[in-house]
Amino acid sequence: MSAPGAVTLLGPQRLAPTLPDVVRAAGIDLQSSSCAPMATITAGWQEREDDDRDLVDALLGNTVNLRLYARAADIFERDTELTAAHSERGRRLRDLQSLYELRLGHAMDAVYELAERLDGGQLVDDEIRSALDAVRALDQRLLERSGEVIDEFVEQWRPAERDVVAAHRADVATILAESCGLAIAGGQVPTLLNRIHLLGVADHVAGLPVFAWSAGAMIATERIVVFHDDPPHGRRYARMFEHGLGWFPGVVAMPDARRRLHLDDPLRIGFLARRFAPAVCLGFDDGAHLVSPIDGGNSSSSERRDVIVRRGVLHLSDDGSVDELAA
Amino acid sequence: MRPELEALRRDAVADPTAVDRFVDGHSFPLIDDSTSTFVYRGEADSVRLRHWVYGLAATPAFTRLDGTDLWYVVLDVPRDSRIEYKIEVIRGDHVESIQDPLNPFTARDPFGANSVLQTDGYERPAWTLPDPEARSGTLVAHRSHSPALGRDVDLSLYLPARFRPTSRYPLLIVHDGSDYLDYSSMQVVLDNLIHRLELAEILVAFSNPQDRLVEYADHEPHARYITDELVPWLETEFPLVATAGGRGLMGASFGAAASFAVARRHPEMFGRMLLQSGSFAFSDIGESERGPLFAPIEAMVNEFRADPEPFSERVFVSCGTFESLIYENRSLVPVLQSTGMEIRYVEARDGHNWENWRDRLRDGLSWLFPGPLWMVYE
Repeated sequence: MSAPGAVTLLGPQRLAPTLPDVVRAAGIDLQSSSCAPMATITAGWQEREDDDRDLVDALLGNTVNLRLYARAADIFERDTELTAAHSERGRRLRDLQSLYELRLGHAMDAVYELAERLDGGQLVDDEIRSALDAVRALDQRLLERSGEVIDEFVEQWRPAERDVVAAHRADVATILAESCGLAIAGGQVPTLLNRIHLLGVADHVAGLPVFAWSAGAMIATERIVVFHDDPPHGRRYARMFEHGLGWFPGVVAMPDARRRLHLDDPLRIGFLARRFAPAVCLGFDDGAHLVSPIDGGNSSSSERRDVIVRRGVLHLSDDGSVDELAA
Repeated sequence: MRPELEALRRDAVADPTAVDRFVDGHSFPLIDDSTSTFVYRGEADSVRLRHWVYGLAATPAFTRLDGTDLWYVVLDVPRDSRIEYKIEVIRGDHVESIQDPLNPFTARDPFGANSVLQTDGYERPAWTLPDPEARSGTLVAHRSHSPALGRDVDLSLYLPARFRPTSRYPLLIVHDGSDYLDYSSMQVVLDNLIHRLELAEILVAFSNPQDRLVEYADHEPHARYITDELVPWLETEFPLVATAGGRGLMGASFGAAASFAVARRHPEMFGRMLLQSGSFAFSDIGESERGPLFAPIEAMVNEFRADPEPFSERVFVSCGTFESLIYENRSLVPVLQSTGMEIRYVEARDGHNWENWRDRLRDGLSWLFPGPLWMVYE
């Protein structure tokens, strides 16, 4: 896996697109005749992958869509053995998630029930800390077990060596080698992530600036956390999903935070921040972006958080407060 | 009596303008934690409150505040309540039924409009109001002839925003479809819930009856129309999931009974049911007072109670605690549960009306056809 160049995480782009400005600020002049195209990934939009007119226009027409969703569909149609194995991989991952969610619900219930003991003092604080440690252990266990499932799939089926996959991977590598950067749109997290893995995108981004928003921003981090504080049904606890690509370590990306999170609930925000520490939970709403200048992935998490540009990014603190990251 | 009215009673004796100031200075009805005071101003022989809260006197009389043209009546109404009502003003032999002139909140229904009391805690859900950020679906009108019903039928078909012929969509058939669109804002609700990712992108067929009380009362031709004509046509013309889990039926009142009846006649065809304030009358423990129009439904419900069999996979049931059908609906829930179907039952402090049914749509639809809320970040 190669490390990209500067990575920019952005908020949602549908209603208030800022991508063109951010790309320009990164020194990429897509209008220039000498500028290579921007590679794009819209696989998170699934069957709407090709409905990318707005994105193409925003990037002045100088784009090339990697069409990972369509490529995966072609692979699944032509390599039935791999398709069956990939389906089984997906089923096992979903089963793991389901078991994890069952345990997570009870573990988080314990955290909140302890928090209701208002008069507990230090005794209760210690128990809350311990209960959160139990949740963190559960999160970690899910990451490890899902990682095992993914590794087993790769070891057993070696997708990169299969003819259909190899051909598509070669195409993707060529396109990326001739691109000025990579833009990853949001959409459905599992689809986006596993298409990127299947087509080997991470192997060919060395030095490329990456611009990723919403689900794209989530998968660019080390750990993907899915979240919603007001679902119509079921528990409201954020869930670990899988390892991300690790291109922007030290951060849990939370797109559309004002709509999805109860930012005015210090207890929830504090638990969220403490649960995922030392990574920092950052909210990305419309117009927000955050640029890391460091490439290579060789730096420590704390160094990687030393970003050069930030705008409108919300920092969720372990004391329950929410503040915009200072400029 | 509320303290404001007590004070007004004293002030009005000496100051005729006190009533004007009182009316201008308050919002009506007057609401506190457990009571609501309805107020009417005007000359009349008597004034009554017409509401539809089951168990209370249907038309409690207003009391005139001594020496004024102000009338009031107090009802015990808990928090989180929503009550539709009218004021009846009686002058001589004439009874005029009007909306409350002092209350701006109204609700429309097929019979006109009522005033609405909203006690503390009730707030119209944001997802029932147009959201400029939500992409709009499309309503397509369709007319066809139904051999089963022996008449032409008019449908409105809702296609979600960004509808694609290459996708596969679940299907929901709605009884009293035009009323759901007109009085329950259902197109807005669908657009919003899909936009919020709480509801799967779905195709919805809004159907309408001709003789509702016949066609919706366990009427075999109606069931045949739905299962042998409408569903096959829709599944031919549109890209639908076409499995039980991808098909739903819904309705309110007699429309809920019709949904229940169709699904019972064709178990395994509809895996998702949304039944609101169903007219689930029964008479197996004594004669029902519902009248002859309910007879076919009573026979159906009696039969189901005697021999409950599953007819779907997931059934969402809702009912207002202020409506008389709360008894029938509460009675039905354990029988439904005994079949092994997955049941979700919700009550609200509301009546037998379209806005009650509107306010429960998020709960019901998102449970029956959940959207990709947790996994999609656009």
